[in-house]
Amino acid sequence: MRKELCEVVSNLCIADSIYELTLSGAMVNEMNEPGQFVHVKVSNGLDPMLRRPISISSINKEEDKFTIIYRKQGRGTSLLAEKRPGEMVDILGPLGNGFPVEVVAPKETAILVGGGIGVPPLYELAKQLVNKGVKVISILGFQDESAVFYESKFSELGETYIATVDGSYGTKGFVTDVITGKRLNGDILYSCGPTPMLRALEAGSYAPRVYLSLEERMGCGIGACFACVCHVKDDPNGHAYKKVCSDGPVFRVGEVAI
Amino acid sequence: MSSLSIELPGLSLKNPVMPASGCFGFGKEYSQLFDLNVLGSIMVKATTPEPRFGNATPRVAETPGGMLNAIGLQNPGLEKVVTEELPWLEKFNVPIIANVAGSTEEDYIRVAERISKAPNVHALELNISCPNVKTGGIAFGTDPEMAKELTEKVKAVSEVPVYVKLSPNVTDIVKIAKAVEAGGADGLTMINTLVGMRIDLQSAKPILSNRTGGLSGAAIKPVALRMIYEVSQQVDLPIIGMGGIQSAEDVIEFFYAGASAVAVGTQNFVDPFACPTIIEELPELLTKLGVSHISECTGRSWGKHEQLAYHRA
Repeated sequence: MRKELCEVVSNLCIADSIYELTLSGAMVNEMNEPGQFVHVKVSNGLDPMLRRPISISSINKEEDKFTIIYRKQGRGTSLLAEKRPGEMVDILGPLGNGFPVEVVAPKETAILVGGGIGVPPLYELAKQLVNKGVKVISILGFQDESAVFYESKFSELGETYIATVDGSYGTKGFVTDVITGKRLNGDILYSCGPTPMLRALEAGSYAPRVYLSLEERMGCGIGACFACVCHVKDDPNGHAYKKVCSDGPVFRVGEVAI
Repeated sequence: MSSLSIELPGLSLKNPVMPASGCFGFGKEYSQLFDLNVLGSIMVKATTPEPRFGNATPRVAETPGGMLNAIGLQNPGLEKVVTEELPWLEKFNVPIIANVAGSTEEDYIRVAERISKAPNVHALELNISCPNVKTGGIAFGTDPEMAKELTEKVKAVSEVPVYVKLSPNVTDIVKIAKAVEAGGADGLTMINTLVGMRIDLQSAKPILSNRTGGLSGAAIKPVALRMIYEVSQQVDLPIIGMGGIQSAEDVIEFFYAGASAVAVGTQNFVDPFACPTIIEELPELLTKLGVSHISECTGRSWGKHEQLAYHRA
């Protein structure tokens, strides 16, 4: 973990309101696990004041570059979308614990399930799994055709299915409809996306091992402020807790209450 | 002698800058980023007798120049703080200010009595100003008589000086300050957060699950300065000032208003190196201002007739 001014290499709009920001900085050398995030200071001013947690979608150590993908939604991400190549961005990272790659063996099958802006961290995961000889099947869900991104990138790494809520592209419906409809089986399932999707995956027992990446409003991003705390699964009303930022954001299914 | 070292009741500090309670946990996370030994002190997270989970999420919401939080005093409880968190901090040469909280008078007394015996706890910060809990907290800090009585009772059991953390959510903060002074407080810390709220555009519901939260950050600095300015001239207690401090310049402004030390809160989230950076920049700023020791800055904004005994010493 370090704080560093990283240089913008490119900042491209790749789908409706979706931006792919590639940054250059030494902190890439500390990035190992897919699914970690960086805490981004989008402006030097006071509005917005806090950093924005954004997951790392791609790590390129050879060229000292890494990529994050975000949805231009509020004031902070709108300012981020204006960054041009050559500008410097204040980044704290890498933060959190990502998807475990070591728990899956070569030749096993991993199912990757992404929803909307939860898709990006699965890309680095897919790359690392394929490098290890794991078979990757990706199911990516979006609102509609205009929101779809990275289909070809995932396709290069394995079987890839797209679902859209309105049916304007790929399978009409949710990612779970694809898993059931295509009778997809895997030894392990990794997912990142909206909470209702994660709950459906938790309830569905789609694979013997499941890892989920959670999202929560954060303050410090390093575990000090207790803003992003969640209950543990077997003590949903007790004092036991996990911090999404520093214990997660990736948890084994059943570890925390979602 | 350093231009930054200061002496306050119970506290010999190498510099007057410390992280504020609730913004620094018990130090572990930030110790991964810098050497905690550079800090003047650490105000650790509020401790209650039993572990507390706190409020449901969302617990934070952003506002221009600030943030709202409604954590709800989540902490591991007195036992764990005394046997695990505080001993871990002993490896640093930093006196600790322990923030004492609770729902009832007995809670405060129980925590104060035990935590004040910890070898590295050199002072208590009596938290009678948390706006995010249903019972206790701010209830004690908005009634002068209750504030005085609680201060007396905590003073009676504490083995170290007691600083009382004041709430800005009152009509007359001087009245509360005088009450806790009469109750035997050794110092004041001020200000805690201001109660506020934000509402979601789509759902038309409050963003925070607690509905309201405490506003902190740069937005509240003028309020903090005004309150410190007023209180420091009306009571004979040293003040550790806080509320939106971001820079060395802000620190001096708080001293001018009447503070004798300062705490940095929300800025730690914006820049985890805020405290060490400010500490590093202060000596040069003092030189630039023609000041040989930072304590000379305390109360400089007051009129001459307003200067009080404690600060003349």
